[in-house]
Amino acid sequence: MSSSSLTGAEVVVKALIDQGVECIFGYPGGAVLPIYDALFQQNRLRHILVRHEQGAAHAAEGYARASGKVGVLLVTSGPGATNAVTGLTDALLDSVPIVCITGQVPLHLIGTDAFQECDTTGITRACTKHNYLVRRPEVLARTLHEAFSIARSGRPGPVVVDLPKDVQFALAPYVAPDNIRHRTYRPPSTPDARAIVQAAEALLVAKKPIIYAGGGVINSGDEASRCLKSLVDTTNFPITLTLMGLGGVPSSMRQFLGMLGMHGTFEANLAMHHCDVMLCVGARFDDRVTGRLDAFAPNAQKIHIDIDPSSINKIVRADIKICADAGLALKELLRVWQSLAQDKKTAQGKALVRWWQQIDEWRKRNSLAFRADDKKIQPQEAIRRLVQATQHRAVRITTEVGQHQMWAAQHFPFEKPRRWMTSGGLGTMGYGLPAAIGVQLAYPRELVIDIAGEASILMNMQELSTAVQQRLPVKVFILNNQYMGMVRQWQELLHGGRYAESYTASLPDFVKLAEAYGARGLRATKPSELDDVIAQMIEHPGAVLADICVDQHANCFPMIPSGAAHNEMLLGDEQQAEVSDDGKMLV
Amino acid sequence: MSTSSAPISAANRHAIAVVVDNESGVLSKVIGLFSGRGYNIESLTVCSINASDTVSRITIVTSGDDMTVEQIKAQLARLVPVHGVEDLSQQGEHIEKEMALVKIVAKGVERREALRVANIFGAKVSDTTLSSFVFNLSGSSRKLDAFIAMMRSLGEIEIARSGVVALNRGEEVFSRHR
Ligand SMILES: Cc1ncc(C[n+]2csc(CCOP(=O)(O)OP(=O)(O)O)c2C)c(N)n1
Ligand SMILES: [Mg+2]
Repeated sequence: MSSSSLTGAEVVVKALIDQGVECIFGYPGGAVLPIYDALFQQNRLRHILVRHEQGAAHAAEGYARASGKVGVLLVTSGPGATNAVTGLTDALLDSVPIVCITGQVPLHLIGTDAFQECDTTGITRACTKHNYLVRRPEVLARTLHEAFSIARSGRPGPVVVDLPKDVQFALAPYVAPDNIRHRTYRPPSTPDARAIVQAAEALLVAKKPIIYAGGGVINSGDEASRCLKSLVDTTNFPITLTLMGLGGVPSSMRQFLGMLGMHGTFEANLAMHHCDVMLCVGARFDDRVTGRLDAFAPNAQKIHIDIDPSSINKIVRADIKICADAGLALKELLRVWQSLAQDKKTAQGKALVRWWQQIDEWRKRNSLAFRADDKKIQPQEAIRRLVQATQHRAVRITTEVGQHQMWAAQHFPFEKPRRWMTSGGLGTMGYGLPAAIGVQLAYPRELVIDIAGEASILMNMQELSTAVQQRLPVKVFILNNQYMGMVRQWQELLHGGRYAESYTASLPDFVKLAEAYGARGLRATKPSELDDVIAQMIEHPGAVLADICVDQHANCFPMIPSGAAHNEMLLGDEQQAEVSDDGKMLV
Repeated sequence: MSTSSAPISAANRHAIAVVVDNESGVLSKVIGLFSGRGYNIESLTVCSINASDTVSRITIVTSGDDMTVEQIKAQLARLVPVHGVEDLSQQGEHIEKEMALVKIVAKGVERREALRVANIFGAKVSDTTLSSFVFNLSGSSRKLDAFIAMMRSLGEIEIARSGVVALNRGEEVFSRHR
C-alpha cells in the first residue's frame, strides 16, 4: 500500500491514467461530483461531455472498437446509470470492452430510496460481463484495475463499477495496476493441440469447405486477421464474414464471398448451405446468420473456434470444438496446415476447382445489383459514390440500424479490421453518431462517417452538439427515405403492406438542424447532386449532416425471410415468397 | 422455484456444484442466469464453505437435454466470480441429501400414527406439544417427499425444506483444485 493521501475520487483518476486511458465520456451529477472535481484538477485525462449518457456508452464503444483499447464512461447515479443501460447491453452483445463508472448514493443511504438512488448493480447484472459495488475505499484501486482486466480479457465486455459518494470522498490507498487481475477468472486462450490437428485434417479432406468468421477475429487483434488472410491464401478456401467480422480479411480478396446471413450475398449463403466442412472462427451462429436452424448447412461437419465456451454447442452442435483465442487458434491451424502432406493438398486442389466453379456460378447472379436511376437517388448508389469518393483515404464507418446499415455492410468494402463499427447484436438505433465521436477521438486525422437513417439519427441527435464542442469533424450521411425503411420492408413482406407507424411525418429539416447545432448541413435530392454533396461533406473541416434524400421505396435484398433457410433467399426481382407462420413469430 | 412444471426425470436431472467467490451479488448473478435464459431450477442451496467465509458452494438441481445442461454449465463457468462448476450427476457416484422440518398438527390416533411413521422413516422429533410435532428428517428428496405425503394425510402440516446438497463419493476433492 503506497500513498494514502489520495481520496477515492483521486484514486479513480490515477487508476484511469495508469490504465493508459486518454479520454473518458461522461456526464456529471450529484453522485459523481467528487470525481469531476478531481478531473478538474488535472490535465492528463480528457473528458468528453456528452449530451445523454447513452451517447457516452456508445462513444466509449466506438472508441474501444476502433482503437482496441478499453473505452471508459463516467455517469451519475440513478438516471445517469439507467440511461447508460442500452449502451452497456449493446457492448455485452457485441463483446466490446468498456468500463462504466457510476456514482451511487453514500453507503448509509443505500436501500432507502434516496434521491437518485437506483440498484445499479441489480439493474446492470444482466447487461454486463461483471459489475461491482465498491463498499470500502481499501479495495477501490484494485477493483478498478480488475475491472479493466476483466473488460479486455477473454471475450471482452462491459464492466460497471458503482461508487458510493462517501467512498469517493474517503482517503483510499492506491495500488498500481501491475499484474492486477481477478483472483480466479481465467478465460481460455491457447487452443488444444489435438483439436487443431483434427480440424486441419478435416479441412484437408473437404471438397466444399468454407470459412465463416466473425467479430472474434477482430477482437483478437490484427494478428488474427493476418493469420486468417494467410489461411485463406494458402488453402484457397472461400470465406464469408458476419456483420461483426467485416474487415476481418480484405474484402478485395478473391476468396471473399461477402457477408452472409439475412442480408448476405447469394454466393455466401449458398456456399454455407452446400458446404461439407465449415470452419467457424469467432462467430456464434446468430439467428440472423443461420436462418432456419434445421436447414442450416445440413451436410456440413462443423469446426467451431471461440474464446467463450458457452458459444460452442449453444445453437449448433460443433463436431470439433476449439475453445481458444481466435488469433492463437488460427496461428496454430496455419502452422499445422503447412506441415500437412503436400500430395493430399494437391488432390484437394482438384476438388476445390469444382467447388469454385459452382461458387462462381452463384456469384454471377450478382445479388447486390441494383438499378441506378437518374431521377431518384438509390440508396445503394449513394453508398457506392461515397465509397468512390473516399477510397484513397483512411476512413472508418459507423452506422445506425436499418436498411441503410445493411446496404452499408453490403456495399462498403473494408480492407482492414476496426474500420467498421455497427450495432450488430442489439441492433441499437442511435448507435452510430456517438460511436463516430468515439472513433474520431481515437483517430483524429481519419475520416469518420456515420451512415445513418433519418429515423435512427434522431435517437441520439443531441450528440452533434458534443461533436461541435469538441471540434470533431464527424460526418453523418443520412439515407433519408422518410420511413423506418427496415420496418416498412417487413410490413410489406409480413403484414400486407399496412405501414403502421413506420412513416415519419414532420421530420426536421436536417440542414437547418445541423446549422442550429453549429454544424454544416448539406442536402442532395437528385443523383446529379450526389458527388458534389459528398465532396463538400468530406472537405468541410467540421461536423456535417448530409441529408441524402433517397428513393422511399427501395428494399434491401437479398433477404432471407425470418424462418427460412439459406437456400430460400429473396433476391428482390421475383414474386414475393410466403413467410411461414413460424417465421412470422421471429424478430 | 422451477420455471417449468414438467417433472424432472432421472435421466435429464443434474445436480451441479458451483464454487463461487462469496461476494455480494453473486447469488443473484447465478439465479438471474437461470431465469434470464429460461433454465429450470428444482432446488438451489448455498452456504460458505471455508473458514474465512470467502468461498461459497452453490448446489443446483436442474434439468434439460444434454445440450441445455452443457449450456448451463458453460454459462455458469463464465460468470466472473465462479471458480468452478462440477456436474455431479455426470460424474457418476455421488451423494445427495436434503433436510426437512415437518410440523404436523394432529390429535388422538392421527398423532400416534404420525409418531409411528416418523419412527419408520427415522425422523427425529425436534419439538412437541400435546397437539403437534416438528419432525426433522434428512435423506434423499424422494424419501422426504414420501414422508411429507404421509404426514399430509394425517393432519395439517407446515414444511420447510433445505434443498439438495450433494457431494462426490470417493477421495476426489473438487474444491481443492480451485
Ligand atoms: C432503439 C430501437 N428501436 C427500434 C428498433 C426497431 N427498428 C429496426 S430498424 C428500424 C427503422 C430504422 O429506420 P431508419 O433509421 O430510417 O433506417 P432505414 O431502415 O430507413 O434505413 C426500427 C424502428 C431498433 N432497432 N432500435
Ligand atoms: Mg429511413
